[in-house]
Amino acid sequence: MKYLDEFRDPVAANSLVEAIRRSATRPWTIMEVCGGQTHSIIRNGIDQLLDGAVEFIHGPGCPVCVTPLEMIDRALEIASRDDVIFCSFGDMLRVPGSKQDLFSVRARGGDVRIVYSPLDATRVAAENPDKQVVFFGVGFETTAPANAMSVLHAKRLGLTNFSLLVSHVLVPPAMTAILSAPTNRVQGFLAAGHVCTVMGTGEYGPLVEKFNVPIVVTGFEPLDLLEGVRQLVELMEAGRAELRNAYPRAVTDIGNTVAQQALADVFVVTDRQWRGIGMIPQSGWTLSPQYAEFDAEINFGVGNLEVQESAECRAGEVLQGLLKPNQCPAFGTTCTPRTPLGATMVSSEGACAAYYQFRRLESSANV
Amino acid sequence: MCLGIPGKVIDIWEESGTRMSTVDFGGTTKTVCLAYLPDMEIGEYTIVHAGFALTRLDEASANETLQMFADLGFLDEELAGSEGQSSRETA
Repeated sequence: MKYLDEFRDPVAANSLVEAIRRSATRPWTIMEVCGGQTHSIIRNGIDQLLDGAVEFIHGPGCPVCVTPLEMIDRALEIASRDDVIFCSFGDMLRVPGSKQDLFSVRARGGDVRIVYSPLDATRVAAENPDKQVVFFGVGFETTAPANAMSVLHAKRLGLTNFSLLVSHVLVPPAMTAILSAPTNRVQGFLAAGHVCTVMGTGEYGPLVEKFNVPIVVTGFEPLDLLEGVRQLVELMEAGRAELRNAYPRAVTDIGNTVAQQALADVFVVTDRQWRGIGMIPQSGWTLSPQYAEFDAEINFGVGNLEVQESAECRAGEVLQGLLKPNQCPAFGTTCTPRTPLGATMVSSEGACAAYYQFRRLESSANV
Repeated sequence: MCLGIPGKVIDIWEESGTRMSTVDFGGTTKTVCLAYLPDMEIGEYTIVHAGFALTRLDEASANETLQMFADLGFLDEELAGSEGQSSRETA
């Protein structure tokens, strides 16, 4: 349990907590979509400070967690080839596939490189013309502009040895799937601030209207989160389904239009499997036909693979808000960040990793 | 990799027609592409995703978020990568 005096501005935090508690006449169930927000909430004990007034369901906004198993297995197959240099963001290397992870491919001699930016992968391709260089293009709307630019850059440079293994996912269709599920308990959303820096807020208005649910665009600081919750509780109490932006210092309504143009050029919307959740229609991006020459899935013929998920891992229930991480029997025993059974235990954005880091010494009854 | 990290632009240059920059993330510097935010100036703060500046931010907000991400242990993971550590090298 964190105490308010550990906050950077305990007076402001306290007044926000009190305002939320004063306005909540009943317990509300809300979802923070972004995994970074989940970590901030758990780390700062915001869920405990608001216990009884607000229950947080942790959303699927962790790209490492929801990248489908078959895509991990495709990455593993491609990365195992002798003629390939496989480049990835670092947090994908420990994600378990059906039988192994990218670290074990590297340990057996595979050329797997961690890069900071996909542009680094295009540089590796330019420097290694005798190798095929593949970048693992995962993530939400936040990483997509970077991956789109790597393709545009490769085309401009005339690179014929660079391709992207694309597994992009989109936030609004996931929110639609959550709201449409018969088991849905979410009464209001904290939308992920950084996704909106790219896409703006325009996609959320239709969700608010269709599902009669309030959505508040929120940042990552404890005070930002408390302010987002305060606005959301105010809307839920008033029975008003509205879209609000509680993170205006970083998010504009229109987002980054230059990035949006690149995304529209390079990618097209496609159906996408979400690990632990299943297929969500029109919930991802893949390369548009004019950039098909950069599609690693086509270039390496890894379309159909048989996959096998761990029987012990219950990440799917965690990602759908049906199970808290520390209620899973494997949590902290057979499943730890060093030996993860599922992707939610891997990433700094995964809910299981957040609970492992900050809550494993508490019993599940206290959480 | 999904988290945007705030940082300060400390150098800007042109590379094959694209504006590139060096961004300081609380002591760690990275090469960051300004293609999506071409009017950034030296001394301004921005949120960076996977080597791309995507939005402006004021200095106080940037420093607060940076400190929080450091406390959460996010920075090492987000800024990992053997490539692109030093400026003026990336594509």
